[in-house]
Amino acid sequence: MKLELTGITKRFGSLVANDHIDLTVEPGEIRALLGENGAGKTTLMNVLYGLVQPDEGEIRVDGKVVTIRSPKDAIAAKIGMVHQHFMLVPVFTVAENVTLGMERTKAFGLLDRRRARRDVRALSERYGLDVNPDAYVEDLPVGVQQRVEIIKTLMRDASVLVLDEPTSVLTPGETEDLFRIMRGLRAGGRSIVFISHKLKEVQAIADTITVIRRGKVVGERPPTATDAELAALMVGRAVQLRVSKTPAHPGEVMFDVRGLTVPGEHGKPAVDDVSFEVRAGEILGVAGVQGNGQTELCEALMGLRPAAAGSVLVDGRDVSNMAPRERLRAGIGYIPEDRQEDGLVGDFSVADNLVLDVYDRKPFASGIALNLDAIEENAVSRVAEFDVRTSSVATPTSTLSGGNQQKVIVAREVSRHIKVLLASQPTRGLDVGSIEFVHRRIVEQRDQGVAVVIVSSELDEIYALADRIAVMYEGKITGFRPPTVSADELGMLMAGAGGDGAAPEAADALDPAAADGLDPAAPDGPDSAGAERPDSAAADGQP
Amino acid sequence: MSAEQPGSPAPPGPPETPGPAAGGPPARRTATLNHTIVSAIVEGSPAVVTFLAILAAVVLGGLLIAFSDPTVLHAWSTFFSDPVNALTLAWDAASGAYVAMFEGAIVNPHTVAAAFHGGSVGAIFYPLSQTASNATPLILTGLSVAIAFRAGLFNIGAAGQWVGGAIVATYLGFAINLPPVVHLIVCLLGGFAGGAVIGWLVGELKARTGAHEVIVTIMLNYIMYNLLSFLLSTPTALQQPGQSNLISPNLAADARLPHAGGPPPQVDLGFLVGIAAAVGLWWLLSRSTVGFQFRAVGANPSAARSAGMDVERSWVRVMLLAGGLAGLGGAAVILGPLQQLTFNSYGTYGFDGITVALLGRASPLGVVLAALLFGALHAGGTNMEAATQVPSDIVEVLQGLIVLFVAAPPLIRAIFRLRRARAAGLEAVPKGWNP
Repeated sequence: MKLELTGITKRFGSLVANDHIDLTVEPGEIRALLGENGAGKTTLMNVLYGLVQPDEGEIRVDGKVVTIRSPKDAIAAKIGMVHQHFMLVPVFTVAENVTLGMERTKAFGLLDRRRARRDVRALSERYGLDVNPDAYVEDLPVGVQQRVEIIKTLMRDASVLVLDEPTSVLTPGETEDLFRIMRGLRAGGRSIVFISHKLKEVQAIADTITVIRRGKVVGERPPTATDAELAALMVGRAVQLRVSKTPAHPGEVMFDVRGLTVPGEHGKPAVDDVSFEVRAGEILGVAGVQGNGQTELCEALMGLRPAAAGSVLVDGRDVSNMAPRERLRAGIGYIPEDRQEDGLVGDFSVADNLVLDVYDRKPFASGIALNLDAIEENAVSRVAEFDVRTSSVATPTSTLSGGNQQKVIVAREVSRHIKVLLASQPTRGLDVGSIEFVHRRIVEQRDQGVAVVIVSSELDEIYALADRIAVMYEGKITGFRPPTVSADELGMLMAGAGGDGAAPEAADALDPAAADGLDPAAPDGPDSAGAERPDSAAADGQP
Repeated sequence: MSAEQPGSPAPPGPPETPGPAAGGPPARRTATLNHTIVSAIVEGSPAVVTFLAILAAVVLGGLLIAFSDPTVLHAWSTFFSDPVNALTLAWDAASGAYVAMFEGAIVNPHTVAAAFHGGSVGAIFYPLSQTASNATPLILTGLSVAIAFRAGLFNIGAAGQWVGGAIVATYLGFAINLPPVVHLIVCLLGGFAGGAVIGWLVGELKARTGAHEVIVTIMLNYIMYNLLSFLLSTPTALQQPGQSNLISPNLAADARLPHAGGPPPQVDLGFLVGIAAAVGLWWLLSRSTVGFQFRAVGANPSAARSAGMDVERSWVRVMLLAGGLAGLGGAAVILGPLQQLTFNSYGTYGFDGITVALLGRASPLGVVLAALLFGALHAGGTNMEAATQVPSDIVEVLQGLIVLFVAAPPLIRAIFRLRRARAAGLEAVPKGWNP
């Protein structure tokens, strides 16, 4: 089925979210829609799925104009959508979820469960989805839940599948599985619209890449286009994909973690006897597949989660028994993994969020009285210094883009004379421009003599920042490596193989080759070449 | 990154890309005041929705008054022979009731006229005085619910905390002897403490065991009602000697709140206590580190925790304060209009506090305004019943309708054909990153 969107325009008040967008998806094509957060990708797909009505433009299916006023119309036009946030009932089985809304019944209105199960199994086998129809959705890993969503669209006979930022919730291994499934679907004649802001993924899977910026289509490129070219198109200017940094000059040991053990859920420790040292002016990158104890490690280091054993020293001072507040006071800066949940109070203004952990100290408070002028002055200068794009310092942070939210957190944490910076997934979900900015600030902290710990599941990020790499697997650190280590070797370590310590178990958690395919960046990869490219690529995006 | 516009706090986009996509934020910023007001009305800002909710409730209440009047109903049965009469009677019934309410709650023109012919000037202010008196406990219980809500807790227990405050204030009021002004202050502080203990217990249970405050406060309400009943039936505790009824001794004269002008139910010093509490709470919430912490904990407890705030301590503190405010409400009623405690003194103050906090959107000023509205409805209702035979229960109906409409903004938007608030589409709007 051929899908054509012509002249789609959608305005929200004075803002044009989609500005005369044309997009054609051929049958059996994987079309990537690449753009920054807020470029209008999701709005466009919501138009296609009937969740938003366009102000102008038309949608054609196989040459015929269709009107899509609701998801029902979209399903009837054989358009299926897998949302970023899944629409599943956790306490139902896969088969029940899939048939929800299109239940088949036998005599007397009884549900035909057997047929539902059989259909799910058939689809699952045909496309290699590997989903058990009788499993309860709440028990399934995120990657499999996503496949349930895909089965849902297939059961409704979708010819065009829209996947909205599908990889944002997946581990590298799951991402590779998803790509395999997408290729299978393409081979079966279905078309896929793949929405993403990650260059590597788009290059890996798409047949054609459509780049959107500020609501307009600014170019179409083949997947062979270079990172630098795509990034420049997407952002509107040349972007430095790999922040340039000088060699580290490590000083004294500033952050010393010894034998840290954190209890986990099933009796097994989530963090198991982890020890490391970070020197002043050094960045330690903690790599690992998501869910191997990194979250628990960070929370235990901050005192947000009780540790069963071990000690944490900041500049020689034992903070192991301190509450989070005292640890922050002792000089740890903390950039939490989930910025909206743990980093910011969304309803609070930018100004208030910029003092969230120093609001009760001078000059922001005297006694219990807040000094609103000082808070505002601080906000104005931080917003300028960190280039936070906000209409005013009184704007609630929840209305800011992810990149600007992260800038607020970074500005807050690095502005209070820290000795240690602990950053967990500091650029997750951010666009390239913001990633560049956050990375630059982190390196800047290192150069000022801060001991930095970066926890990240993105190998690119680890390579870009780390002076030393530690790999976490199942709660243990399986090895320390210099940043010149190959991606293959890191992949092995992340899967538990080839570690320095205990013998690894099954290595199927992550296919090292897959990790390699996703992150081909070797330490001296081609990325740095794109840094100083002229603006020619950006220019052709301008109207 | 900041090449084009270093130091500018709010650059909407690169200057070389004009056009609508980049024009959003500045256009909104330069919007004139007029535009703001117009859009507040057509899109239904909270204040506008609240006002329209009250209007809708008044209209519906008027219909109810008209069609529960036997004369009107009779005239309506002959609508086709004499439609004008039916409509006139309906209008008269509703407007008469509302006029009586207004005269009972705000000002009665007759007293103004009388004052010019040698009558009492004070009588002019009698209705307002009654409104303020009725509003006093609602201000305090409303603030109690509101502050807990700002810290993310649902305080359904203002009723029980009210009782706690009333018990302590009453006991201190008749059982001890103190110099005049000191006695009153001790009674008020005792009332605060009596409620605060109950609130603190809720906070402590939640902080230590994770018990949900809604369950705990509801159950504590029953415990406090029955404790009150027990104390009032025990002569060695609160029961008046020689009484078999559940009633406390009269308060000592110096433990009573001084009245403005005439005797109760005219307003007393308690109203100023309520206003002072509202001002204090406003300061605490918006100008103090304690309030900052409460609000952060209420809006996002995990972020508050990550920023080093002690979420559990905040719960305990805010419940202590909330309980204290409700207890102060109990003290204000006992030391003010009632002057002795009986089994049904607690009325519906605690639960009206929830609706007052809801109507006032959990802000101190909003709570005071909402409490004054409800106080006016009660004062007016009493007068209306006396003047027009319309049962004062209609006041409860009006209160219920107002809260119903306020709680369902989409309903109000539908009735008044307001556009959906712009915020609804905000997620999809380009966020204006970034040259």
